This record gives sequence, structure tokens and C-alpha cells, in this order.
Amino acid sequence: MDKYLVENESQIKEALDWALAGGKSLSLAGNSTKESLGRPIQADAELNLSSLSGIELYEPAELVMQAKAGTRLSDIEAVLKQSGQKLAFQPPDYGPLLGGQEGQGTIGGIFSANLSGSERIKAGAARDHLLGVKGFSGRGEAFQTGSRVMKNVTGYDLCKLVCGSYGTIALCTDLTFKVLPKGEKARTILIFGLAEKKAVEVMRNGLSSRHEVSAAAYLPGKIAAETDIDHVSRAQSSVTALRVEGPGPSAEYRCATLRKEFDAEGPQDELHGHNSEKFWKFTSDVRPFLGQGTIWKVSIPPASSPAYIDKVKQACPGIEYYFDWGGGLVWLKVPEEMENGGETFVRNFPDGGHATLIRGNILLRNTISPFQPQDPVMTLLMEKVRAGFDPKGIFNPGRMYAMSGDV
Amino acid sequence: MVKMPKPDEEVLAKRDYLIRKLRELVDNPDSVIAEKAGLRAFECDGLSAYRQLPMVAVLPETKEEIAEILKFCKSEKVNVVPRGAGTSLSGGALPLADGVLLGLGKFSRILEVDYDNRCAVVQPGVTNLAITDAVKQDGFYYAPDPSSQIACTIGGNIAENSGGVHCLKYGLTTNNVLGVEMVTMDGDIIRLGGKHLDADGYDLMGVVTGSEGLLGVITEVTVRLLKSPECVSAQLIGFPSSEEAGECVGRIIGAGIIPAGMEMMDRYAIHAAEEFCHAGYPLDVEALLIVELDGPEVEIAHNNELIAQIAGECGATVIKQSQSDEERMTFWAGRKAAFPAVGRISPDYMCMDGTIPRSQLPRVLARMNELSKHYGLRVANVFHAGDGNLHPLILFDANIPGELEKCEQFGADILKLCVEVGGVLTGEHGVGIEKRDLMTEMFSEEDLKQQQRLKCAFDPDGRLNPGKVFPILHRCAELGKMHVHNGELPFPDLPRF
Repeated sequence: MDKYLVENESQIKEALDWALAGGKSLSLAGNSTKESLGRPIQADAELNLSSLSGIELYEPAELVMQAKAGTRLSDIEAVLKQSGQKLAFQPPDYGPLLGGQEGQGTIGGIFSANLSGSERIKAGAARDHLLGVKGFSGRGEAFQTGSRVMKNVTGYDLCKLVCGSYGTIALCTDLTFKVLPKGEKARTILIFGLAEKKAVEVMRNGLSSRHEVSAAAYLPGKIAAETDIDHVSRAQSSVTALRVEGPGPSAEYRCATLRKEFDAEGPQDELHGHNSEKFWKFTSDVRPFLGQGTIWKVSIPPASSPAYIDKVKQACPGIEYYFDWGGGLVWLKVPEEMENGGETFVRNFPDGGHATLIRGNILLRNTISPFQPQDPVMTLLMEKVRAGFDPKGIFNPGRMYAMSGDV
Repeated sequence: MVKMPKPDEEVLAKRDYLIRKLRELVDNPDSVIAEKAGLRAFECDGLSAYRQLPMVAVLPETKEEIAEILKFCKSEKVNVVPRGAGTSLSGGALPLADGVLLGLGKFSRILEVDYDNRCAVVQPGVTNLAITDAVKQDGFYYAPDPSSQIACTIGGNIAENSGGVHCLKYGLTTNNVLGVEMVTMDGDIIRLGGKHLDADGYDLMGVVTGSEGLLGVITEVTVRLLKSPECVSAQLIGFPSSEEAGECVGRIIGAGIIPAGMEMMDRYAIHAAEEFCHAGYPLDVEALLIVELDGPEVEIAHNNELIAQIAGECGATVIKQSQSDEERMTFWAGRKAAFPAVGRISPDYMCMDGTIPRSQLPRVLARMNELSKHYGLRVANVFHAGDGNLHPLILFDANIPGELEKCEQFGADILKLCVEVGGVLTGEHGVGIEKRDLMTEMFSEEDLKQQQRLKCAFDPDGRLNPGKVFPILHRCAELGKMHVHNGELPFPDLPRF
């Protein structure tokens, strides 16, 4: 497959006209860190946007930044850090998880996949922070949607549609997004030795408290032992973790009050500064599951996670798992030899939800749908939406779901 | 005045037949209203300068009835206008002379409060405030709080992506909704989202939120519940100029503080509000900020100190800290009464709703004063300062011939100005009919075509709420055509690797 490195909008336009006139399709890529996510695609050429890079606007007092799609997240985060700000949805870095390197992901990639880390539970997802998009439709038309202001209801919110569409709706060249202050101090409360049901209850109580808990995760003993944070690994038991933040006195007060509330639940500890950051990077970037195995990201109502995991464990005793988002996100590692990646039990939700295959070999990704299968009505509606923007299927054809006419 | 599409004579000619058939589709025949007196209740929404009786109104009781009604209307080529409480300030629920007005008022039940998953499942006709009322005894609330929250419904909030004074910290409707159930114009009942997070497949819930009733009829909503904060406190800060107040807002946020609410009023609004409800506002300032913080007491104390320091450095002449919840409510009473207060000193007023990059505030206010002189109409400003959402209130007298038109022209100029400085036409009131013809100020033809292609996927015949949002409704067949340009050159200039 030919790869074309585009450097500006007019080259993109040229490439799109070429594809449209010749009935060709394009795979859209930045640094290709998420190439193995979704259905394998057969495109005629790769359009590489990684040279379309740079921060175009940053106004810390207005909480807004605009950057070219190929700008590295690590560069963006470094600039934000200088002003004490951050991307509040905590964009995860799946590079190492998917067999690549750290720090290579782009801002275009993170919004195209709508990926968010542990802090998503309070701050919202990537899609909640995307304010504006400039790009091209699959008809080769340049367009923009949204704006640079926080509050905008002018016309349809197409940013939501573009975000999480894996480049099947539009080719984004510029993204405008909301940024937020980084809490001056963060504290992570650790409670050791809880079983799943109790842990989810504790996380619920934390998230329902007045302390604006910004992340809540549960690591079974085996996974907790793999962290390189002494406070966590040396306990040799499961860890339930809750994060609070704010100005110094506030973070301390919230932490102390919550610890007192959970006094009876089990032995406790707390993580500060660097260790706290390291812990939530470990959970957000799915560091427990580096190496081999099929990985599923399961989004379900948080209260249903204990019952869900019980059934999964019965069906697959070798499974590894942990909870994030207070139990609303279940990460599963299924042994590679399991038939169809364990889809049957993975997608058996007691109270609704959906599962996405995050890491699976190419055979598996060709056999089962990496994204949650849809009923016929939704399949048709989504395909109509997609085809409206890209009728000839020139962008990442079939990356999420089969296009109409496909077998 | 904005013109509505010409009524379809063929539809009007079969009115009696349509009414008879609609009565057959609903369980309770009283759900179909055809008499003029009964229809009068629906003739306008919050944009009351525009009035129109619907051809017929239907108040269904089940989602299945809605599905049947929509299917029937589609097959009979009849337009449908969905309506919640009718509080839209942009004419989103204005009826059509040849259309069915679909009122969701009977969908008024809270179906489930689920604290384990921190959410509530409600029907679309439940009012915004009723959700909070249902959970407040347990210390929870629903965050978005549009000023009409006592009357406006959650279904309408979804349609408009409503905001409120607290959305700087807590987000708009779109950030607080987990799931919706809706009926499409094809009569399909679909569910988007649920009690879990993130979309599976395309985020259609994201585009339905704020779609102004053009994509489907909402029949159920799952919203996120939050725990009420431990303490809330407010500061009143007065400045000799709006520039200094704007500077202060920027520096507060720059210092890492995201207040729960941050409102600004100009001299005219301050005086009107103070006269109306004696909130204790200083009258010798040009701009007044209300900064509300929530959280534990230690955090509020810490941030209040920082804010007072910043305000002092920015030239504040008055800094008043609320000493009790009662006093805090008094601070807010003036701001919340700003609209009726202005209504008292002027026979009529029109409330505009643009958003601007905050740094442009001095430029926008200066230009607005020039425009005010040019049109000979006074303007008062209230402003969600934290997120740049401006609400200029233009004062006029509809009984003076030509004054309404002049006011509309002034309003249009203000919104064009918002776009010119990098902002948008509407921050929270919606486009509706009010800003429909201004859409081209902000969007190119291509931009608008992309939006309409979304519409075509849901409602290709354009039956749902036509005449709203889009200045020209292209036919979907026309929009679907592809124009392929010469693309023979296979990348002569592109580097390969």
C-alpha cells in the first residue's frame, strides 16, 4: 500500500479528488499507534497526517486550545503543563499496550477514537471536550463545525459525531478543545483487601460523596502486585483506589474525610503527587495487560459489574480483569486461545452496556465485530449517517462496521 | 420578521380526514385537539412575537402512539412539530399552519431513581427542576439549570442542549445525559446510550442533543445525578469598567479556579435589578461580578482569598462576601430577576444569546453601545462571564410601528458581531426561527450541507420541525449528489515513503 505524507490542506484536497475520481479508498493515519484497533481495512493508499502538526491557538484564561490533527499529545500536554493545565479527560496512551512505543499518539487520533482515561468518570469523555473541528467530508468538501467557545448550540453538534468515528465520517485537520486547570494537589486513597462487590459499593459511596472523587478503580491482588508503586504492590491484596484533588488544604481535607468514612472497610494507605499520577497512568493506559492476550474494554452500568465479572469468571477461569470508572469500565484480558476472543460471555451484559475489542489478532478482528454489534434498525441508521458524509466510502472503509454493499 | 414555509394546500384540504385518523391512532380521543380555543394554548413558545395556530394538536400518552402518529404523518406528507413546555426562546416549538403539534406534556413521570448507578430515568415531559426535587432529600441534584428550570422539560432541554449558570463547572445538557430513547420519523423506537458511559458505534445521542426537534421525538431520558456540594458561597465584586471585570474573570480562571458560576452585569442591568428587588448591589460601578464557589469550606475559604486578591489587583472597588446562604440567595435574586426587572422599565424587550471569546468583551461592549445609539434602542447586558455567553437585552416598544423590526435588526447586528470576533450565534437558546436566517453568517454553504446530510439520514422528507434552524432546506436527493472534480493527477507533489 502506498503511503502519502500530506503537509497541507491543498495536498489533502488533491488526494481526495484523486480517490473520488478513481474510485480509490484511503486509510487515514497519524502516527499509526491505533492501527490495530477496529476491523482490518483494505484501502488503496494511506493518507498520513502526522506532518500536519502544531498548536495554533492556546488561551489558558479561556480554557481553549486549537491544534493540527497530527500534533503529538505529549507535546500538547507539555505545553499545557507550563500553564498548570491539562486535558481533563486524561487521554490514555495505548501505544505500549498495542505493541508500539510510548508518547507517539496524536490529538487527532485520540479524538477520532474518543478515548478517555480514569478521570473520565468525573471530567467527561474526550467527546465532552471537543469544541470545534475543521476538515473534509468524504465528498472532498472542506467544512468546519463547532467553534472555539465553550458554550455553543448553533446547529447540530457534529463534533460529537466525528469524535469516536475512527475516521469514517470525516478527515480532521484541526481540532479545538477545552482544557482545564490541573488540581494543585492530588491524593489517592487506597483501601486493601476488598472483594469486588464491596469494592464497587465503596467506589459508589466515594463517587456519591461530596468530595468530587475524580477517579475510582479496583485492582485484584494479582494486578495490584504488578504495579511498580511500593505502596500498592507490597500489600499483596486487592486495591480499591479513589482520587481527590484541589488546592492543598482542600485535597487534604477531602482525603482525610473520605479515609475516615471508609475506616471500617479495611487497611488503608494514600498516594501523593508522583505516585498518585503513576497509579492512574497505570490504570488509564491499561499497563496491567502489556504483552499477550485478547483485550476487551467493557462499558456497563457500574452497579452491574460484580454480577458481570462473576459470570465472566465462571465462563473463563483464566481471565484477568480490573475495574475503572467506579465499576463502569471493566478491562478484560482473555487467553489468546479462547474461541472468538470469548465474545459470547464478554458481550453478555446483565443490565446493558457494550464491549470493544481493543487488542485482538487480525484473524479475530476479521471474525467478530470489534465494536458492539447493532440491531438492524441502528445498523441502517448509522450506515445512512456515515454514507451521507462519505457516500463512496473513501475514508477508512469498514473500520467500524461493514458498509452497505459489503459482505 | 422571519418567514415560515408556505403551508401545503393539499394537507390543509384533508384536515378533517387527518383529524379523524389521528383520533383512531390514540387510545384516548381527547388526546387530539382540533378546536381553535384548544389550539390557542400552543400558538407560541417563549419567542412570543411569533404566533401561529397549529393545524391540529396531539398529546399522545405512549411511545407506541408516537410511533404510529409519526409513521402516519410521514405517509400522509404532514409536518410535525414536537413540543415540551414551550419555553424555547428561539421559536423552536412554533407551530406550523399545516402541521401536527405533538405535545409531550403527558410524559411526565419519573420512572426510576437509581443511586447505585447515580442516574435517573425520566419521561421527557418532566420539568428540569422536578428531577432535582425528586432526589434532593437524598442530597443529589441534576446539574444543568436553565433559568426556566421551573417550567422547561428535560425533553426540551435535550432538544436545545440547555445550559444555565453553572455550566462552566458542570457542563451543558449534553455532558449530563447518559441515554435517550426516541422515535424516528419512520416510527422506529431506538435507544441511544443507557446507564453506561460512552457510545457504542457513532455518538448519535451527541448529535440528537441540541438538534432542536429535527431528528426525532424523545420519549425517555437517563440523566446523571450529582451529589450536592458541601458548602456554597458567593462574592459580589464591583468594577469601574467592564474591561477590568473581564480581566478579573480571565485571571481567576488562569489561577486555576473554576467557579460554580460567574456572572457579569453591566450598569444598566445592575440598576434595573437593584430597583426591582433590592439585592444590595452597588450602584456606582460599571460592571458587577457574582462569583459562586462550591465545595468544602476549606476550599472555598482558600479560593475566596485568592479571588479577593485578584479582584483587588484588577481594580475592584467593591468586594462583598456572602455571610450566609440567605445573603448568597439575595446576591442571585438580582441576577435572576434581571429579565423581569428590565421588563418593568420597558414595554418590551428581546433577549439575545451570543457567545464570544471572553477577551473580546471590551470590543463587543463598545460596539454594542455604538449600535445602541445608531438604532436609538437601549440595551442592558447580563453575561455568563465564565464561558463567554452574552445575553444583551434590547429594550423596545412593540406598539410603536417599526420598532420590533428595528429591534430584530439590532439583535442581528449583535449576533453578527459575536461571529465576527470568533464567537457564535447562540450559546444556549438555540437557533429555532429566531437565528435561522443568520446561520450563513457563521457557516459556509458547505458547512450547512454537512449538517443537513445528518438530517437526511434521520428524516429525508424533512417532516420534523421544518422551517427551523436551516435557512434553506436543500432536498436530500440534491444533497446526496456527488460532484467529482478532475482528480486524475496521482499526487504529483506529495512525498511518498
